[in-house]
Amino acid sequence: MSRVLSWDRSVFVLLVVTVAVGAVVDPDFAGGSNLGFVLQDIGEIMLIALPMTFLIMTGEIDLSVASTAALAGCVLGWAWQASGSMAVAVLAAVGTGVVCGAVNGFLVTRLGLGSLAVTIGTLGLYRGLCYALLGDTTVADFPAGWTNLGFSSIPGTPLPYVTPLLVVLAIVFGVVLHLTRTGRWVFAVGQSVEAARFAGIPVARLKFRLFVVTGAVAGLAGVVYDLRFASARPDGALGFELAVIASVLFGGVSIFGGVGTMWGVVSAVLFLGSVRSLLQLQGVPGNALTIITGGLLLASVVIPVVAQRWSAFRERRGRALAAAAP
Amino acid sequence: MRPTRLRLVAFLAVAAASLAACGGGSSAGAGSSSSAAAPSESASTPAATAGAVKEGLKIAILPKAINIPYFDAAYAGAQKACAEIKAECEQIGPTQATGAAQLQFINTVIQKKYDALVISAADANSVVPALKKAQDAGVAVVTYDADVADTSARSVMVKPTTPDLIGKSQVDWISKAIGSGGGEIAILSAAATAENQNAWIKIMEAELAANHPELKLVDTVYGDDDAAKSAEKAAALMQSHPNLKGIISPTTVGVAAAAKYISGSKYKGTVQVTGLGLPSEMKAYVKDGTVKSFGLWDPGMLGYLGVYAAGVKASGGDPKAGFKAGDKDYTVDGDGVAIVGPPQEFTAENVDQFTF
Amino acid sequence: MNGGLRRVLAGREAPVAGALLVVLAVTTAVNPRFLSDQGRFDLLVAIAITGLMAVGQTFVLVMRHVDLSVGSVLGLSAFMAGSAVRGDTGGPLVLALLVGVVVGVLAGLVNGALVAFLRLPALVVTLGTLYVFQGVQALLTGGTRINADQLPSSVVGFGVTGFLGVPWLMWVCLLAAALGGVFLRTRRSGRDLYAVGSNPPAAELVGIPVARRTLLAYMVSGACAGGAGVLFLARFGGVDSNAGIGYELPVVAACVVGGVNIFGGSGTVLGALLGAMLLKTMGVSLSALSVPEFWQQAINGLLLLVAITADRVVLLRRERAARVEAARHRREQADAEPAPPAAGAESPGHEGATTTEVVR
Repeated sequence: MSRVLSWDRSVFVLLVVTVAVGAVVDPDFAGGSNLGFVLQDIGEIMLIALPMTFLIMTGEIDLSVASTAALAGCVLGWAWQASGSMAVAVLAAVGTGVVCGAVNGFLVTRLGLGSLAVTIGTLGLYRGLCYALLGDTTVADFPAGWTNLGFSSIPGTPLPYVTPLLVVLAIVFGVVLHLTRTGRWVFAVGQSVEAARFAGIPVARLKFRLFVVTGAVAGLAGVVYDLRFASARPDGALGFELAVIASVLFGGVSIFGGVGTMWGVVSAVLFLGSVRSLLQLQGVPGNALTIITGGLLLASVVIPVVAQRWSAFRERRGRALAAAAP
Repeated sequence: MRPTRLRLVAFLAVAAASLAACGGGSSAGAGSSSSAAAPSESASTPAATAGAVKEGLKIAILPKAINIPYFDAAYAGAQKACAEIKAECEQIGPTQATGAAQLQFINTVIQKKYDALVISAADANSVVPALKKAQDAGVAVVTYDADVADTSARSVMVKPTTPDLIGKSQVDWISKAIGSGGGEIAILSAAATAENQNAWIKIMEAELAANHPELKLVDTVYGDDDAAKSAEKAAALMQSHPNLKGIISPTTVGVAAAAKYISGSKYKGTVQVTGLGLPSEMKAYVKDGTVKSFGLWDPGMLGYLGVYAAGVKASGGDPKAGFKAGDKDYTVDGDGVAIVGPPQEFTAENVDQFTF
Repeated sequence: MNGGLRRVLAGREAPVAGALLVVLAVTTAVNPRFLSDQGRFDLLVAIAITGLMAVGQTFVLVMRHVDLSVGSVLGLSAFMAGSAVRGDTGGPLVLALLVGVVVGVLAGLVNGALVAFLRLPALVVTLGTLYVFQGVQALLTGGTRINADQLPSSVVGFGVTGFLGVPWLMWVCLLAAALGGVFLRTRRSGRDLYAVGSNPPAAELVGIPVARRTLLAYMVSGACAGGAGVLFLARFGGVDSNAGIGYELPVVAACVVGGVNIFGGSGTVLGALLGAMLLKTMGVSLSALSVPEFWQQAINGLLLLVAITADRVVLLRRERAARVEAARHRREQADAEPAPPAAGAESPGHEGATTTEVVR
């Protein structure tokens, strides 16, 4: 039992193997500047995947995260032009994320609507508000000091400035999920809402807070996105929601809730980013990359099931053989 | 509880699959770049170009997105130029036209140490930091088709034709199609944030105000370069403006969707459609009379000139001082912009001659 | 007859139909051209593709599954169907439809097999195949496009002509809805889908072939998406590699607005079709009402939320009434004879659905 290789551990090993093999196959891949780029490239996905893990673990989902990030990004641009202060603008952006998350949480926990349906609706609403706010304009006059944070590296290292943010938040979310009461609540709610209620867990309040935190982090991701691209535009982060959910699921979190680890998700985001970078450097065309993305996602659910069935079959056969033996 | 070895097998299967994918991909990539067929006109081009441009350059062509006929036509022109200057060139790019997706390919260009990058910016602002990084890494950057907001992020921009001409020509075409009676017209654009289209729309507005009192621009709507959305916006225009006489759509997706909608509606004949379209897509509607004329430039020339300009820059020259492509000299203006030529107007008579 | 009328009025469809009528009435009052011959025709054309996909999606949703790959299937089928009939001679329209539906059924088989036999979560499977089918289509298409002048006039004309003032595209959608509706309402295997969606373990216990029914539902969803691909081809007179991208969420939204329970177990094809009609009509009416371009998407999203919320409120109220009714019914039945097994009974959605079931 000590050498159990569960799916989340497999993903971690996959990540290590990919980087190692990548380094051998393609020296450019393992170069500092490329690895730094990969970190920067997955920044927003990683950020949003952290709270999304919590949500999916409790059996909910949030499809509006990319629209929330875009709206926060637009508010960042709008508030910067209105106030002339980036600090105010960043606060306004993250605050927008909080409000977006609270709206989702309210509709799901107070009105009892399905989160899939609600967040399909708010996905359209928040994106629509982006256009209402900025229309056909793009805000591209952020101060250089701030945009440098978005795309330059920390001096003396190949690491982008977003790295410490990712590390700190990943640790915080990991600790909360695995070592605190809140984390235990999340697992309990995901396993059985009924049982969790009987155990006195405030299910609705917990879920509401998770939606708010998801909105806040998505808002933060919107700020990171704007700084990385040195501009705020209404079609930012388009389509990121499916990439985030795909990463979380690939990391071994069960879509039915109750099962998953934070480090599985972090490994998954890093693995998918590394594989894409490696394949791209090897000249694999974009169309094939799309197929590989889908194939990996399918593999993440097919392989554990097939492996389980195969082992059950082996076990049965083993027992049959043992029974047949004199 | 769970058997170890089988998990290991399972995981190795995925690992093997991803490795196989890498291997296969790299050979396919190499194959496609070498097998690129180009017309053998290179023999006829004299050594004039060879003097300015080094041989054996590695040039990446990065369109807004792949799988788009317009950009494939541009790439065909780029391949022709590459054959002439004996460069190795390859088209790379995302499947969806966003700056975020292009970024990954700009990184590939840096990591793989290409000598030059010829790019059509999906978004004028968001690729600027990455292009500056590429320039710092010694890559010659040239834009074609769509420029970046910060002109220091590239050396030269190859523009199809001047925005002025594009705007004025489209107003001329719609005015010609509607006739002297004039009336209400509307614009069906691409995304609301599309820089090219927004610049042309401004010029169209000015041209209408200055020279066409008989035409009244009543609405501008955005179809996001999506066929369904563009068709629905065209239909909606007829609802909100019953007296509409013409639609200008300065984008290939929009003009095709609008023409298809009008050709199948009762408005055929009373509502004119023009704009920027591909002859291959628009052929059917020019022949059935829905569209009297529309226009575009030869996208192949964009790729062709882009490669030459990038070649000069990568060879240590400065294309901003003007450059030679094939046997023709091109001038570059103060903003670093080279112009291909006037737009080509397509009508029922000539539309069959064009293959893109 | 009287009972039938009452059932229609009490159904989940009635409020959606009512909302649709209100939107139509208000928009027409402000802008009379909205329902002119051409306006009506355009509106129905715009509804047909989403409507057909919503019909297929209903089969999957009532089983407590989902099919996110429909947009990619549409693109793939449109391209295959277009390739089959393009050329100088040009194939007949029937061939295009046949190819489109076969491509869709095959795609549905892949989804269905993964969900039914390996018992994988539908959301993950169809998210995966969304990417795979999209990539396959892009690989096949590359930079080529099928243009109107390469297609036979039977196909292109199909997209712009109609019969009795209703576009042919909409007739296809209505035919599929009628067949699907009758099947789900009257056939034993159709009723099975509801039973499985209400309570999968129980359905298995009473002997319903769950895997086969799941496969069937995905094949229907695939066939509808495939058929929608041919409608797309006819409507736009061509197809490129972007066809169908992003269509999946509006289709699911249409079903939800039409009262199809996302927890499985209830919902009708008619409701899904009405949902698609309502959403499309709202979208088009915003333009007809001259709502500023940049506000339209936000208002659309808001209206969608209102529709979902209203549907929920109606459902809760109805369930309360149903519980009272059921209690009375049980008392009456207790006097007569023992109740039949629950397998064939329509479950009117269940309030008690735990939130873990929200997401499949």
